[in-house]
Amino acid sequence: MDTIAIPAINLAVIAPEVVLSVVAMALLLINVFVKSEQKGYLGYLSIAGILGTLLMLIPAWGSSVEGFSGTIIQDNFAIFFKVIFLISAAMSILITDKYLEREGCNQGEIYPLILFATVGMMLMASGTDLMTIFLGLEVLSVSLYVLAGFNRNNIKSNEAGLKYFLLGAFSTGFLLYGMALTYGATGTTKIAKIASYIAMNGVSSSNLMLVAGMILMSTGFAFKVAAAPFHMWTPDVYEGAPTPMTAFMSVGPKAAGFAAFARVLLVALPALKPEWSSLLWVLAVLTMTVGNITALYQQNIKRMLAYSSIAHAGYILVGFTAGNAVGTAGILFYMLSYAFMNIGAFAIIILVGKKGEENSNVSDYAGFGYRHPVLGIAFCIFLFSLAGIPPAAGFIGKFYLFSGAIQAGYIWLAVIGVLNSAASVYYYLRVMVFMYFKEPTEDFEWVKLTPAFVLCLLIAVIGVLVPGVLPGLFLELAQKAVLM
Amino acid sequence: MVSLNFYLVLSAILFAIGTIGVLTRRNAIVIFMCVELMLNAVNLTFIAFSKYLGNLDGQIFVFFVMTVAAAEAAVGLALMIAYFKNRESIDVEDMNLMKW
Amino acid sequence: MAGAYLPIILLLAIAVCFGLGSLVFSSLIGQKKLSAVKLQPYECGCEPVGSAQERFSIKFYLIAMLFILFDIECVFLYPWAVLFKRLGVFGIMEMGAFMLILFVGYIYIWKKGALEWE
Repeated sequence: MDTIAIPAINLAVIAPEVVLSVVAMALLLINVFVKSEQKGYLGYLSIAGILGTLLMLIPAWGSSVEGFSGTIIQDNFAIFFKVIFLISAAMSILITDKYLEREGCNQGEIYPLILFATVGMMLMASGTDLMTIFLGLEVLSVSLYVLAGFNRNNIKSNEAGLKYFLLGAFSTGFLLYGMALTYGATGTTKIAKIASYIAMNGVSSSNLMLVAGMILMSTGFAFKVAAAPFHMWTPDVYEGAPTPMTAFMSVGPKAAGFAAFARVLLVALPALKPEWSSLLWVLAVLTMTVGNITALYQQNIKRMLAYSSIAHAGYILVGFTAGNAVGTAGILFYMLSYAFMNIGAFAIIILVGKKGEENSNVSDYAGFGYRHPVLGIAFCIFLFSLAGIPPAAGFIGKFYLFSGAIQAGYIWLAVIGVLNSAASVYYYLRVMVFMYFKEPTEDFEWVKLTPAFVLCLLIAVIGVLVPGVLPGLFLELAQKAVLM
Repeated sequence: MVSLNFYLVLSAILFAIGTIGVLTRRNAIVIFMCVELMLNAVNLTFIAFSKYLGNLDGQIFVFFVMTVAAAEAAVGLALMIAYFKNRESIDVEDMNLMKW
Repeated sequence: MAGAYLPIILLLAIAVCFGLGSLVFSSLIGQKKLSAVKLQPYECGCEPVGSAQERFSIKFYLIAMLFILFDIECVFLYPWAVLFKRLGVFGIMEMGAFMLILFVGYIYIWKKGALEWE
């Protein structure tokens, strides 16, 4: 018996993921061995783990390393996304502790789960094999199902978790079937080899199996990034899930979904570009329009932000449809700034809530801007950024997404995007109107800041304003990270 | 010899049955069983392609799909138990606390 | 092509005929002397205990869930075991890492009390 030649395994490629998983497992064990009073430390430990992972990632910038016989890659694209995931995980952890304490479901498992979800997202961003992407997606999804239903004594949270689980598993089926058909059509699951097989054998849109695979995979990814018409789960899950987890899953998983989606379409299937860009065109228009129009009618602010997150997925799809360097850089920049503005907005929503009473109606914000001027201004900054009003980062991001579309000749798509963006200003401004122009009905005396919240809000405000005022550096980084 | 097409048609039919089941059934556990049927239909596709192409990637993929399906089943059952404890039902028609 | 299926079709036909036939003929020919004992559900010859539609403890679900999780990991042990010798030290180390991760999960559920029945 001769020994099998072990393929080149480059552990350095997955070192950040390994570190984060080891931290998560260690936390899981610490959690069961430590008394419940001391569990506050778990959050800090997990943030330390995230910072350590970040420090490992940053030196890797600029290099592109493959490992595990080409199933995983650490390039600028992956690193950029991983930084987004880690930032959003860290910011969500900062606002988790107080929320859990208030709702009385303070269980240490939430931190390892967030870290595992982050590992899954990181694998999705750096996977160059359909298998790795699928595994990353599932590590992410399985953790998220639990996180959505984490407040297990709260019936709404139960419902959110179960709904997310059923629809998420359903969409996984489509994604997998698409992967199976792509494998059948090209004989490989490696993304680079799929592309070279298609280029060599002249397989194109005439190959129905490949086209069907592409459509089914797009369906699966569209589910995960909450693009219309596959967005139905989003508002319910976002409303029912514990608010810090809503913040987390509105940012990280969406970015991860787009990262994997972009890699599959741009790297593996550039030959089908005419097909997928027309598919994405329709998805983008539907997603923006449905998200924005439905958000206009929402009374619950969590639901409103859920529909707004659908609309934002639509804007990102605009840049994606373009499929050029400007559009892709726009996606990266937008995901980064979206992480800051959305988590910041959700942090304020958590502060306004009370135990068992989330105070999440827009009318509950009456007079909030006068009672808490600083928080009010911070909330306004996040809402302005979400609406895409300069000088916030959201404006620059949208500008790049839409100019990418115009460069690629999708003028109408950009026009629809701008119109949608204008419509969205209404529902963001409505919250501000309540905050500043309505008589306060309550005193908001329960709104208490903790150091962790201050830190999270500070990071969020800086993250929204700095790239908005000085976009040069961030755009340069984003342009270096595009896939082409 | 049974040709590749038979397997593909069979798995497409199984996938369709699973999809229809998910869309029409009302019990969360039955819905999840339909999802599992979809996943197994995909597994059949992978295995058939793997045999046809003489390439092991598909079979490795199936191992991972099976593991993931088990993890999903465990998490799903746990969520259903938590829901059932509070609601005394796992009928999806009853999951209507949040509506637009 | 269709010839390849002939034995299976034949087998199916025989199986269906045998099953239906034995039911039909026994109901036609056989005598019917029903008694309370005969109508009882068959439970390996023992006295039936309780109703079949009884609710059972939710703990069974927990055990079943944990069983599925640890059971399915065996899927990865089979190919590893087949190639055990040829994989050499590398294989042992990789499986060791895999087992270690599983073991973390095992310690977790153990300390969490999921394995205790009461």
